[in-house]
Amino acid sequence: MVATIVAPLLAAAGGLGWRANARARDAVILAGLAVAMAASFAMLHGVSQRGVHVVRVGGWGPDLGIVLVADLLAALVQPLALAIIFVVEVFAIGQRRTAWGTNPELAGPLLCVLTSGVSLAVLTGDLFTLFVAFELILVSSYVLLTNQGRRSQIRSGMTYVVMNIFASTLFLFGLGFVYAATGTVNLALLADRIPELSDGVRLGIGAWFFVVFGTKAAVFPLFSWLPDSYPTAPTTITAVFAGLLTKIGIYAMIRFHTLTGMDDLGPVMLLIAGVTMIVGGLGALAQADVKRILSFHIISQIGYMLMGLGLFSAAGTTAAILFLIHQMPVKTVLFLVGGLIENDQGTSTLERSGGMAARRPVIAAMFAIPALSLAGIPPFSGFAAKLAVITAAIDEDAVAIAAVALLAGALTLLSMAKIWLGVFWGPTAENLSPVPTKRRNQRIMMAATGLAVAGTLAISLLAGVLFDLSDRASRDLRSPGAYISEVLS
Amino acid sequence: MSAALLFAVGGLTAVGLYLIMARSLSQIILGLSLLGHATVLGLLVAGGPSGAAPIAGRAEAASMANPLPQALALTAIVISFGLTVFLLALAGRQQQLTGDDLVEDDLEDQRIARRAGDDDRPGPGDEDL
Repeated sequence: MVATIVAPLLAAAGGLGWRANARARDAVILAGLAVAMAASFAMLHGVSQRGVHVVRVGGWGPDLGIVLVADLLAALVQPLALAIIFVVEVFAIGQRRTAWGTNPELAGPLLCVLTSGVSLAVLTGDLFTLFVAFELILVSSYVLLTNQGRRSQIRSGMTYVVMNIFASTLFLFGLGFVYAATGTVNLALLADRIPELSDGVRLGIGAWFFVVFGTKAAVFPLFSWLPDSYPTAPTTITAVFAGLLTKIGIYAMIRFHTLTGMDDLGPVMLLIAGVTMIVGGLGALAQADVKRILSFHIISQIGYMLMGLGLFSAAGTTAAILFLIHQMPVKTVLFLVGGLIENDQGTSTLERSGGMAARRPVIAAMFAIPALSLAGIPPFSGFAAKLAVITAAIDEDAVAIAAVALLAGALTLLSMAKIWLGVFWGPTAENLSPVPTKRRNQRIMMAATGLAVAGTLAISLLAGVLFDLSDRASRDLRSPGAYISEVLS
Repeated sequence: MSAALLFAVGGLTAVGLYLIMARSLSQIILGLSLLGHATVLGLLVAGGPSGAAPIAGRAEAASMANPLPQALALTAIVISFGLTVFLLALAGRQQQLTGDDLVEDDLEDQRIARRAGDDDRPGPGDEDL
């Protein structure tokens, strides 16, 4: 379990050390990510067989020290996150000698630091380590977003960085409140102590952390930094951000708000979830650039996960977890395909594109599969996830939010059709300026994207198994007896 | 818990919030630093009453201050220091690019402004991604 945090950090150090030799650097980084990925899959196997696994860093108890806890939720999300980063790094190796590529000396090691942060955020058993993990993720994301120093990156980077630092400040204030009220920041202890607080203090803490995690997750009205900044980064970076960063915010929310029993916040969450879905969907329709449309979709889809969580029923939490599992790879693949489109045409603007279905049928197919999945068309994974969310809502008699979710699904399909019409159909656009790419690099990029598409298809096929696992994870969250006793024992 | 500390937290937060609403990045950086100080003080206040330095052998355990929030505060200080330096670098790069350190309008704002025919707003025109 510790290997998933340490191996990427060592790889980052190795990558920086060998930065002159591109081959050695890439090998070290891929090896580090592969080790972490293997360790996380082993963890998934162990946790699903034997239950919650706890590591006490330095041997300190939960009241003083850092505790890493792998429960089923963590064990489900982490292998997926690490696999996504691995695939994106392969894509980045193919892309890096082109004009759209990232600065390879920095991007690889920073991606490893980000990986380590993601692992830590997923596994941590206390709120303060969660804060540190968020900072690890965010600091590497700040540098990844702005290191090319282009004007649009600096402009949007300013908003992104300031917004996130402000959210981190709120997080720290929140930690102060929690510590003052309960005398601990450990999640297992908080699960015992927060429900005993008076209603005002308890809901105040819940609402405060809803704002903190909501800013990371880009829920309405805290999303404006996202669609502005993500499209300006190199595609590979955006693919990782889209697949992981907002999802870690939702993950933190699922963990904190269910563990501490914030059921009373449900109606507020549902309201915000509904507005987030619709605003994201309408925002996507108004855009005229592939990457900007996809960025607004991130927001719209966050609404579904929040909706599952906001129901505060076992089925709702299951649906939110399943949606999270479906969403992470699908979003990444769409941005990788966005990168292929950009590479092939020299632009991702809809006006200046066209005819790719005839010219590059493989790319068209690799776009169509995750796009249909995102829109929730059977038999893809998005269908199972959306069905779970909507049935969970109907079970709780929350018909209004179910209707909003269906409407948002239609909006998603509509804007996907817009990309399809603009980029893939129609005559081949004139004055294309494809980015000169060596055939070998082109192949690496295509293979990485193909691998990711295959991954999303595998998730569709395994939807039944994953649903059962999500269901177990959500039951563990809603009756956290085993989690608490493992941490405290 | 002393009232002076509480007023210090409140004052720092108020000034910090006012400063981060400015358009110039250097003012925002000052604002975020002040907010950072406010959170650190807040953590210390949350740690309970003050006491002797929490070093084993120097004082009775009962009379020591709570060391845990101090550890948290120290971590927070280091992180906020690093981020301040990064923000200064961003401001420096912006000055190289545009000659000042103002935060520019985002793309949607630029589009809306253009559609409203309000072309004499400050800030750059169209920008390609």
